[in-house]
Amino acid sequence: MSRVAKGLSIVAGGQRRAANRPPDGPNASLFAGRESWAPAKAGTRAGWTLPRPPSPTLSELFAATPRDGGWAGFLLPQVDRSKPVLWVQERMAILESGRIYPPGLGIDAIHVEARDARAALWAMEEGVRCSALSAVIGELWGDPAALDFTATRRLAVASERSGVPCWLVRLGATTNLSGARMRWRIASAQSLLNSLDSRAPGLPTWDAELFRARGFAPGRWSIAREADRFHLVAGAGGRAVGEEQRLTA
Amino acid sequence: MPALAVERWAKSSDLPPDAPVVLTVEGTHGPIIHTVTKAAATRGARAGARLTDARALDPGLVAVPADPEGDQVLLQRLAKWAQRWSPLVEMDGPDGLRLDISGVAHLFGGEQALAQDVIDRFAAIDLTARVAIAPTAAAAWAFSRFGGNELAPLHVSALRLDPDTVRTLERLGLKTIGALAALPRLALARRFRGAEDVVDALDRVFGRKPEPLTALADDPPPRSSLRLEEPAIHPEAAPQALERLIPKLVVELEERRLGARRLSLHGFRVDGSVATASVATAIASREPKHLQRLLADKAAALDPGFGFDAFALVADWTESLGAAQESLVEEPSGTRNLARLIDRLTVKLGPRAVRKPQPFESHLPERASRWRSALEHAEAIALPDTSRPQRLLDRPEAIDVIYATPEGMPRRFVWRRAVHDIARVEGPERIAPEWWRERSTVRLRDYYRVEDQAGRRYWIFREGLVGDGRGGAPEWYLHGLFA
Repeated sequence: MSRVAKGLSIVAGGQRRAANRPPDGPNASLFAGRESWAPAKAGTRAGWTLPRPPSPTLSELFAATPRDGGWAGFLLPQVDRSKPVLWVQERMAILESGRIYPPGLGIDAIHVEARDARAALWAMEEGVRCSALSAVIGELWGDPAALDFTATRRLAVASERSGVPCWLVRLGATTNLSGARMRWRIASAQSLLNSLDSRAPGLPTWDAELFRARGFAPGRWSIAREADRFHLVAGAGGRAVGEEQRLTA
Repeated sequence: MPALAVERWAKSSDLPPDAPVVLTVEGTHGPIIHTVTKAAATRGARAGARLTDARALDPGLVAVPADPEGDQVLLQRLAKWAQRWSPLVEMDGPDGLRLDISGVAHLFGGEQALAQDVIDRFAAIDLTARVAIAPTAAAAWAFSRFGGNELAPLHVSALRLDPDTVRTLERLGLKTIGALAALPRLALARRFRGAEDVVDALDRVFGRKPEPLTALADDPPPRSSLRLEEPAIHPEAAPQALERLIPKLVVELEERRLGARRLSLHGFRVDGSVATASVATAIASREPKHLQRLLADKAAALDPGFGFDAFALVADWTESLGAAQESLVEEPSGTRNLARLIDRLTVKLGPRAVRKPQPFESHLPERASRWRSALEHAEAIALPDTSRPQRLLDRPEAIDVIYATPEGMPRRFVWRRAVHDIARVEGPERIAPEWWRERSTVRLRDYYRVEDQAGRRYWIFREGLVGDGRGGAPEWYLHGLFA
């Protein structure tokens, strides 16, 4: 019971933060007049669903640290596997946190190795305009000059126009100004209990923070994916055995 | 084929086969006999004679106009067809074919069998073929026309000299090749010079001088060209030329039902050098807009030097592409759309930067998935393997590991100067080296899936075992990151 209360308090805290946030100028004007972005009902634990944009758009995803690959597990289930994915990796991102490994991903990917952020953004924009793709994922390292508000805004508009979701993954970056409709910060958290081997890693969990979104209350959740949907799990400290068994069953 | 013209004519005529027919061409003083049938030959008609002279001998001759151009076209087709025996085929004169059969004869059961096969195949299409196989092309020519299997007793006209030279040689009493070859070279060379080079002919027939074949050209690739009146050094010249060349090329591609897989724009400079820009496409295309878009940037980057005075656009690599209507609206289909995206990315970023995964039968993680250019076809990807990480470092990075026992589970590791305390670990998964392709000193790998205190999951391995005789203490590497 205490865990539920804790989860609620986390969410409530997120909402409170959102209320205190001053409206940011350029971003606020972007979303004016979009009625379809209805506020999500995040807050009740049983009926919790992951905030997802109602139509394909640009989402930004910050890895907590570049040495953490956990964000891919959060992103991949949200990608449609019926069509190929364009996966753009900047050279620096490959050096720092590795090249994508198709046997582990299991998606039909076209991989682009871009030598700098400018080339990566160009490839992403070309991909976003191609309706034969199910998604465009781009990994950029740091805060390159080419990645400014205009560049992200262009990506967001192109993505909404063609209906191809675009994910901009930022490794080792600061949360600077961006035209992305949803901005996540993802960190790996301790995995769930592995019922077959208690010493082995179990199902992955993530500490996901939605710190900027249109139509959704920002919040911070501890989530795991199971049975094709995301569930809330309690934080690492307040985890009970029964809870884990229910989730891993 | 000694009787190619007659046999070709006989196929299309309704005269009886034993009719005395001569094929004639127009000469300066009336018709001249081009070729004769057997029946006409027995009645005294000979090729090269005037028709009136032959008619004087036998008024019953039937004269039919010959068609040398048609014969040439037939010979060209036969040359193509003769590539069934050897890829190197050359048309030789108006009625001969030369095949380079080096290294080919054994496929047909030896040279004799090959020659017989050629005769049979030609007989099956009602053509008489005389076949000779010889070490030099000139000797083969001589044997096929004059028979025999030795050069020395053959008449000097078997050297393919012009008739005047042959007449001179006959007057000198040199009737056979053997007699000619016995003479000192210097004397021969002094007597016959220029066009009537007897020494040269002898050298070719005896193989002292090479006589290479000129193989039949394949269908020339679709090409369109543009000449400029004055050399252009403006950088915009090439893109503008491209704009005019592409519609012309597309028309040719449409006529031949081809689609371009690779296009090259050649800019010919005034100083005799050529600048080339090439692009490749993922699927055959003959859509002007797309091709133009691909080439435009590269064309603009061509260095004009002292100026271009001509351009040529060549589709070096084409594939057949049927006529297809894309759709009523301007929305191309999925695969085509994707292929165009790949083309654009490849042109701008280079073929090594745009790639598709290709599964490969191997247990070594870095070999199990290869990358190949997205322009090529790749196999479909299987379902994800949960025991494999989502990201792999290009080179495994050495880490310092603290473990309880050398063979036991790792407890803590240092990767890039940061300490990771291992909270959970699963393994080992032992992957042995591929002994059939690696050295005997390559060590096995024990892979562990580890999770640190913060929940980050890595794929680390220990290379080798203590005391496996392949080096010192085992070393640890970090190879992949799990999601």
